[in-house]
Amino acid sequence: MSKANLLDRRQVVSVLLANRGDVVAIGGLGASTNDITAAGDHARNFYLWGGMGGAAMIGLGLALAQPNLPVLVITGDGEMLMGMGSLATVGLQKPSNLSIAVLDNEAYGETGGQTSHTSAGVDLVGVARACGIKDSRAISTMAEVEAFAKAVQDVSAGPRFADVKIDSANLERILPTRDGTYILNRIRGDLGFQPI
Amino acid sequence: MHARADAADTAPNWPDDIFATLQRFDVRQVAYVPDAGHAKLIHRVLGSSTMRGIPLTTEEEGVALLAGAWAGGQRGVLLMQSSGVGNCINMLSLIPVLRFPFLTLITMRGEWGEFNPWQVPMGSTTQGVLELSGVKVLRASNAAEVPAVLEAAAAQAYNALTPTAVLLSQRLIGAKVFTK
Repeated sequence: MSKANLLDRRQVVSVLLANRGDVVAIGGLGASTNDITAAGDHARNFYLWGGMGGAAMIGLGLALAQPNLPVLVITGDGEMLMGMGSLATVGLQKPSNLSIAVLDNEAYGETGGQTSHTSAGVDLVGVARACGIKDSRAISTMAEVEAFAKAVQDVSAGPRFADVKIDSANLERILPTRDGTYILNRIRGDLGFQPI
Repeated sequence: MHARADAADTAPNWPDDIFATLQRFDVRQVAYVPDAGHAKLIHRVLGSSTMRGIPLTTEEEGVALLAGAWAGGQRGVLLMQSSGVGNCINMLSLIPVLRFPFLTLITMRGEWGEFNPWQVPMGSTTQGVLELSGVKVLRASNAAEVPAVLEAAAAQAYNALTPTAVLLSQRLIGAKVFTK
């Protein structure tokens, strides 16, 4: 840990996905998609290797298409900042089955650790709440992560948002497949959709 | 005042043709950044029981939304103005990588009698940007050809997974003018 009391990102994601049930998990570009891989490959993992800023919107499209399915977006602070307007779009649609968890290390870890806006006090929880996502939580303990993981399963009470303060350690890269059509069609197949 | 914001009784019928085609192709998510040229279609979508209108803050959100919609088994369409194409460029990379059906309907500015010079640069590069990004471009220049163009666009986008944009030309929509 680079700072005291900050959470370990792999441990956070591992708890978020431990009892995932039907969850479709979308990993934003960057370390978040590796964290999801480290927690275990899964047919319902949507790994992003590009499209920075798009993770929450992919989650929204999926959540609206499958309203009874828990959809969990796990992304970083830099990726969320780039798609901050999508929090307003989510706030307008209010999909009750969508959860967004930001792994906030206040830095662009993939590109050399440059500080992000959240390091200077930009408050993503405040943004999410102001966008109409009432259940918006600032998380700093594993107990809170466990409570959020449990809430993700409730598809009637979202949308919900969490900003989880994590340490800025650069961990070993555990890389998922880069084949987008495989990733997408594996999810569709697991949800019961046939190829075109 | 705004020449396109016609009273309901003089509003054009081609948006109804578009709506009917989208309905026939079972399009469920209609993402948009509003444009006056899309006003009637948006109105129809918001009154529909099978389509969900999803207003965006910026157009690239719609590209990502449609990828998620398809992962969840639904078809979508993205409505925008030509200036929005520039906002989409990087997100368009999702389309060939993930290979999901992509149809966008674009009302054109910056051509045919444009009065606003600020619209011209993006309007002039709209088609080129789309084609460089791997999106096939079809165009409708008058009301009579809208149904056939829409039919072809929807068929190739949804049946053949060919990313497709329909440019609804400024000649079709009517050049926007401000008068006192």
